[in-house]
Amino acid sequence: MRFGYYPGCSLHATAREFSESLLTLVKALDVQLDEVEDWACCGASSAHATNHLLGVALPARTLAIAEGQGLDNIVAPCAACYGRLAGAAHEIEGDAALKGQVAEILKRPLGTPPEIINVVGFLQSLLPEIQPRVVKPLDGLKVACYYGCLLLRPHKVTRFDDREQPESMEQVCAAVGATPVAWNKRIECCGAGFSLSRTGSVIRMGREILDDARAAGAEAVVVGCPMCHSNLDMRQPAMNRGQAGAGALPVLYITELVGLAMGLDPKAMGLQRHYVSTQPLLDRLSTAVAVAEGEVS
Amino acid sequence: MARIGVFVCHCGENIARTVDCAAVAGSVADHPSVVCSVDYKYMCSDPGQNLVKDAITEHGLDGVVVAACSPHMHLKTFRRAASNAGLNAYLVEMANIREQCAWIHPRTPETTVKATDLVRAMVEKVKQNVPLEPIRIPVTPTALVIGGGIAGIQAALDIAEAGRDVIIVEKEPSLGGHMSQLSETFPTLDCSQCILTPRMVDAYQHPRIKLYTYSEVEKLEGYIGNFEVTIRKKGRSVDIDTCTGCGACMEVCPSKKALDEFDMGLRTRTAVYTPFPQAVPNKPVIDREHCLHYKAEARAIARGKPVKAVCQKCAKACAADAISFDGGDELIKEKVGAVVVATGFQLYSVAKDQPEPYLEGYGEYGYGADPDIVDGLQFERLASASGPTGGKILCPSNGQAPKTIVFIQCTGSRDPAKGIEYCSGVCCMYTAKHAMLYQHSVHGGRAVVFYMDIRATGKGYDAFTRRAAEESGAEYVRGRVSAIYRADGKLVVKGVDTLGGEPMTVQADMVVLATAIRPQPGIKELAQKLSISYDQHGFLNEAHPKLRPVETNTAGIFLAGCSQAPRDIPDSVAMASATAAKVLALFSRSEMEREPQVAKVDQATCSGCFHCERACAYGAVEHLEVKDRRGNVLRVVAQINPGVCQGCGTCAANCPSKSIELDGFTDAQVFASIQALSL
Repeated sequence: MRFGYYPGCSLHATAREFSESLLTLVKALDVQLDEVEDWACCGASSAHATNHLLGVALPARTLAIAEGQGLDNIVAPCAACYGRLAGAAHEIEGDAALKGQVAEILKRPLGTPPEIINVVGFLQSLLPEIQPRVVKPLDGLKVACYYGCLLLRPHKVTRFDDREQPESMEQVCAAVGATPVAWNKRIECCGAGFSLSRTGSVIRMGREILDDARAAGAEAVVVGCPMCHSNLDMRQPAMNRGQAGAGALPVLYITELVGLAMGLDPKAMGLQRHYVSTQPLLDRLSTAVAVAEGEVS
Repeated sequence: MARIGVFVCHCGENIARTVDCAAVAGSVADHPSVVCSVDYKYMCSDPGQNLVKDAITEHGLDGVVVAACSPHMHLKTFRRAASNAGLNAYLVEMANIREQCAWIHPRTPETTVKATDLVRAMVEKVKQNVPLEPIRIPVTPTALVIGGGIAGIQAALDIAEAGRDVIIVEKEPSLGGHMSQLSETFPTLDCSQCILTPRMVDAYQHPRIKLYTYSEVEKLEGYIGNFEVTIRKKGRSVDIDTCTGCGACMEVCPSKKALDEFDMGLRTRTAVYTPFPQAVPNKPVIDREHCLHYKAEARAIARGKPVKAVCQKCAKACAADAISFDGGDELIKEKVGAVVVATGFQLYSVAKDQPEPYLEGYGEYGYGADPDIVDGLQFERLASASGPTGGKILCPSNGQAPKTIVFIQCTGSRDPAKGIEYCSGVCCMYTAKHAMLYQHSVHGGRAVVFYMDIRATGKGYDAFTRRAAEESGAEYVRGRVSAIYRADGKLVVKGVDTLGGEPMTVQADMVVLATAIRPQPGIKELAQKLSISYDQHGFLNEAHPKLRPVETNTAGIFLAGCSQAPRDIPDSVAMASATAAKVLALFSRSEMEREPQVAKVDQATCSGCFHCERACAYGAVEHLEVKDRRGNVLRVVAQINPGVCQGCGTCAANCPSKSIELDGFTDAQVFASIQALSL
């Protein structure tokens, strides 16, 4: 199977483990990702905060190149890139004048943009490939599936899942043996791009999310967005500070979780790169597998 | 040689400001067929009409053209005047020089030239006119009322009291509709059942009202004055006539898990049931989906096995021997002259799953997932003395009185992003009522109302909502709610106070959603059976939003209550009485007169392709068999039923062999007018 692929900047920098886990996973699944040649930053969030036209033209350039490359679809693992690419495609398709203007700026023809696929939709479509390869089912590991904002919104752009009561992440996690918990903050905002400018707000918002996940009994939070990950993972010590009973809660990319269930090497997937150590979780899972296989009595 | 009179109206200054009326009259005076041509300030006034009448007598006119306003406005006036002077009414035509000329052009010589042209066109048309006689149709003076809620009951009682027969078809097992579920009614807080149930009994016992409950309209054929309705009487399994209503069957029924529709699913009922203690008729019905016998029967049939009697405890317990498991649905035909559609409403169920793709629901509010989040009708049942809690307002989850309750207005209404842009009209009022009932029931409790605007325009309504906010102590917060979830046993309601400019979180025990009013499920199918139109939400369309609010575009079919738009009880009742007046006017004569401008088929040239039948929006085209002397069918041709035809002309325009003419608008008339224009 082949898909177009747009890594985006985050996967080359703060979210290296997202990239590593995704690429390890697709290799194991025998899925080929064709990277868009000479792709540029999607612009999130500075471009569209600066100038609307720039915010559309920048992702439109990537779409035009992908189209020229003959790609029917693009997997955009980062939720912000997904939102910008899908948003630009939506705007251009709905506004012929804008489309003309953008084509003029880019000096490239714009036809039908490729379908933009987010990481959860990508994994959902690969479930028939994934399930037979699950060798270390996750032993009912209780996970809190955290969607954040951009996978689902705005709904008229994403047309993905139910925007208020989504199910897709839970479906993927349950398919690999984890137990998704029912909790309340699945679609709350983590504070995203305010991580540097209004750190206090981000810590308050993140704390509410983590508290709710813990209260629901989650042993890990599963995400599909580098922003959510960096906020909940890197800032977690600050969020947990002074909170009685707030133990460290590992934050996993959904690709990492699926990879673990398929028995892929945690190191190859970058699990050692997390700020909140994933080691206790890995220990718990390997003990569970060992018990299941009768190696430990 | 034709003798035509032309009468040019100034319409005060309306026409005369831009058109030189005297010049128009003068320039057509030399037309060879025009024998008299005058202008006058108000042709529709009494002296103006006399001008027309006198000219008819004096000049022996055989055609009249009045150049004035739109024929919709005054054609009938002038036709009546001509008829009084002895001229056939259909030899009168109007040239519209007001809306189609004076009002839309500046005062230039060209405007007067155009007005003259329009008059000449009508002169040429009138030369082709032939006398027509009104069509007379016998009327069956019986009304069909679809829906037995307050609107249907009111319409039926008004018509029956005037001495005409009425048939009510109600799909539920009892009369009463949604009003019977309400606790108290705004703005007087009088008990809904206390004012409704006497009306239900009146309707049931009225000698001129025939009641079909647990029945639906299967088919409607015919036309105004002469409809034939087929009613599907659903298998009730309980003989209404022999049943004494003792209730022994309900006591023994072992199937107790059906959700009680009357109590909005807040409790369960048995499979054999009467919807509520004051039901009319107060006789039970067996719900075949939940009855153990019928379930076993369905299973046996699906597996191709013989049907055996299962359970049937109710039949054994029935001393009157009124229960039988043999009967199925029954189809009954009735002849009626008019139809009142009073099918009422349903609430927008805002749970995640929606019946229509354009409705989004409110997944963020958790309705349907948490028992303490209820809708307006469920709250009515909780507040009602006949409800599951005996009138005590208690949380469905734990039976405790809610110390804090949140009401959310406009849940679904006025929110195009979720599919419904209209205002449901009643929610501001019933939420104020709910807040008051809550304060009366739970002393010291806190009621928070999230609202967008308060729309309380009825008599005494504004004072009522003020009472709720100012005296009953409900906290009115202007703003919307973004999410509701449960944490630490409380419902966390996250909203915003837009006047204070602050986000707001309320820890509540119960949440009441004032969900939007939608038309009944199945309304579109019913509208198609009746050949009436509906809007994008399924509300039935009135013929004119201001001047014909209770009529439909199909003659003889009228609308009352929420079938047409969201309405409260006073409006529904007023509307129902209005339909009764319309129906009684129709029934006031044994024959009614209709405009003779209907389509006619030339059966000699008709090829029987029936393009006309597909084009006709009113179902006026019939099949006529042309037979030889021995009775063998030679061919089948189209025939127009003049009682049904509305004279729109679509069939005539569609006919490939030009075999259809519309009386009053024949090809000859239309072409003559056009040629006059091109001169």
